[in-house]
Amino acid sequence: MSSWLSMLPETLRISVPYACAAVAGVWAERSGVIHIGLEAVLLTSSFSSVAAAVASGSLLVGMLAGVLAGVVVSVGHALLVERARVDAVVSGVALNLLAYAATRLALRGLYDSASNSPSIAGFDLGPKGGDVGAMLARVLLDPVTLGAALVIAASPWLLARTRLGLRLRACGESPEAARSLGIDVVRTRVLALAISGAIGALGGVHLAFDQHRFESGMSAGRGFIALAAVVLSGWRAGRAALACLVFGALEALQIALQDVSGTSKATTLVQLLPYVATLVVLALGIGRAAAPRGLGQRVDDG
Amino acid sequence: MSGPSAADGGRVTYWRVLFVVSATLLVLALLCFAFGQAPHAVLARAFAGTWGTPYGIGQVMFKATPLLFCGLAFHVAFRAGLFNIGAEGQLALASLAAAWVASKLPASVPAVVALPATLAVAMLVGGGYAAIAGVLRARFGVHEIIAGIMLNRSADVLLPWVLAAGLGADSMRSADIAQGARLPRLDFIPGLHGSAASLAFPLAVLCTFGLYLWLDRSRAGREMRWIGQGPDACLAQGVEVPRRRIEAMCLSGAVAALGVTGTVLGYKGYYELGLGSGAGFSGIAVAMLGRAHPVALVSAALLFGTLAQAGLAVNASVPKEAMAVLEALVILLVAGSAHGDRARRARPGRAKPPAPDAPAEPSLDAPAEGAPSPGSTA
Repeated sequence: MSSWLSMLPETLRISVPYACAAVAGVWAERSGVIHIGLEAVLLTSSFSSVAAAVASGSLLVGMLAGVLAGVVVSVGHALLVERARVDAVVSGVALNLLAYAATRLALRGLYDSASNSPSIAGFDLGPKGGDVGAMLARVLLDPVTLGAALVIAASPWLLARTRLGLRLRACGESPEAARSLGIDVVRTRVLALAISGAIGALGGVHLAFDQHRFESGMSAGRGFIALAAVVLSGWRAGRAALACLVFGALEALQIALQDVSGTSKATTLVQLLPYVATLVVLALGIGRAAAPRGLGQRVDDG
Repeated sequence: MSGPSAADGGRVTYWRVLFVVSATLLVLALLCFAFGQAPHAVLARAFAGTWGTPYGIGQVMFKATPLLFCGLAFHVAFRAGLFNIGAEGQLALASLAAAWVASKLPASVPAVVALPATLAVAMLVGGGYAAIAGVLRARFGVHEIIAGIMLNRSADVLLPWVLAAGLGADSMRSADIAQGARLPRLDFIPGLHGSAASLAFPLAVLCTFGLYLWLDRSRAGREMRWIGQGPDACLAQGVEVPRRRIEAMCLSGAVAALGVTGTVLGYKGYYELGLGSGAGFSGIAVAMLGRAHPVALVSAALLFGTLAQAGLAVNASVPKEAMAVLEALVILLVAGSAHGDRARRARPGRAKPPAPDAPAEPSLDAPAEGAPSPGSTA
């Protein structure tokens, strides 16, 4: 029974990186920039956070370094796409390759290891103990989780109700029209990608701090699942985060089932669900109408 | 999401080559310094491990084979205006299927039967998996990039499951394939002795030239290229756009599946999890670099094959991941320099006005048939 109840804190813990990456994807794509480099944001931010935490001994410094790395990668993507006119898909694929290779290279260079960094201490706030209440309290008191929850909760409002959000969505719906209204489309998109990178980076930091170390390729496709959530949500931040909670619950269920029945091969098929669901929803035409109309469009600089 | 634009970008000018090469060398030098190595020593070791020895040349060919097939696969779909970024999953599933079928063949089956049968299975599976993305795009309007990503990830989940649950394999590899399904190594060429290069590389080169020719000369190929230029005009002309799109996607998947010749059939003799992985994504870069001409595509595949093999050669002094970093960098530099080059050419004040009789820019582009360039007649 307790293993079923413990699914609640487990779901929350597992969902954080997904939700951060998905909301990061919404910020990017609502501004009109196709962003399949979420995986790169997660990887670089988790590596940087651990490297900075190891070097400085401070988790807060680590967190800041992680967020900074996410912003750099994300803004880099924006500049490549908007300024250097690299195809957004090519840039995303290349950044994913680059992040995977560069973090592995840095692991070898800094720690002489092909697989993982040295361990770091976690925040470890909240009560000790293995009962569900203590687990839940630990998850909820985690500063990274709190920060992520805050920005995720604020994102729908920021996108819908603020001047910045309106401009950003204008660039995503019709960059030409936005420009004719005097909005600097490229600058707005770079700003959107900076915010996106910071939010996505919180997911990467959470991933690393949760494991107390960095492991090679530790994002393990979460960025792609997050992309599925973006599409499933119809490019809406709140719904994307909710979709990630469902994905997190499925993963927690799978872990719980494995605890009960040993490794069951059929449960691995549960992993297919986000991808198949995305394709079905799109094929039925539910998600298509909701995509930003200017997604992938640039303004000609004439 | 807008479709890929085939306009320019494939032009290889001296300015771009110089820019990309010098920037890459600079980063390589910085990486060498970071690992306390002299750049020239690392470069020398990289050269010795690749083009410096016959064995190295064979290894470069071996590494380039799946890259060339996947680059060709991306190119075919790209000409039809489609982004097939699912080659990774198509190749992996096709490799597993081919290895499974080939391992079930009796040892007595001769190569003339076993090889075509195995290749047919691989192409069917690769093309069939790509067809999902093609049908979703052509009939349901689902963008093939999203579909490709989802299908790649699905393949990642399916492969270990099929290996463990479906085939009952304990370790993450298939049984050995029948002798008849194996592709001969190029060992008989004394210079390549001992390397993993097989008949798969010449096959890949042959396919490249054949497919470029087919795209140019056949009706289906021409229609695919027109769709890439402007699907609306094609619809108006009565071209069956959805059908051709699905065909292009299937063809692309089948070509990607042929990468199995270099890995399973020509090298390992069985499929194991992760064999040939990464070729699908690197193939995109190969296609981006070499889409102007088959020679350029083969050269691009050899370039990335060289980087991969050089990584292994220098691994003792600089980790091989350094070469993977360079590979990603080359992709970004090549893609990014296209615009700078266009802008430079477009700016009349800066660029030297071309002489009326000379081609405007030195280019590796194929000259248009029937229109000899004015410079060559002089």
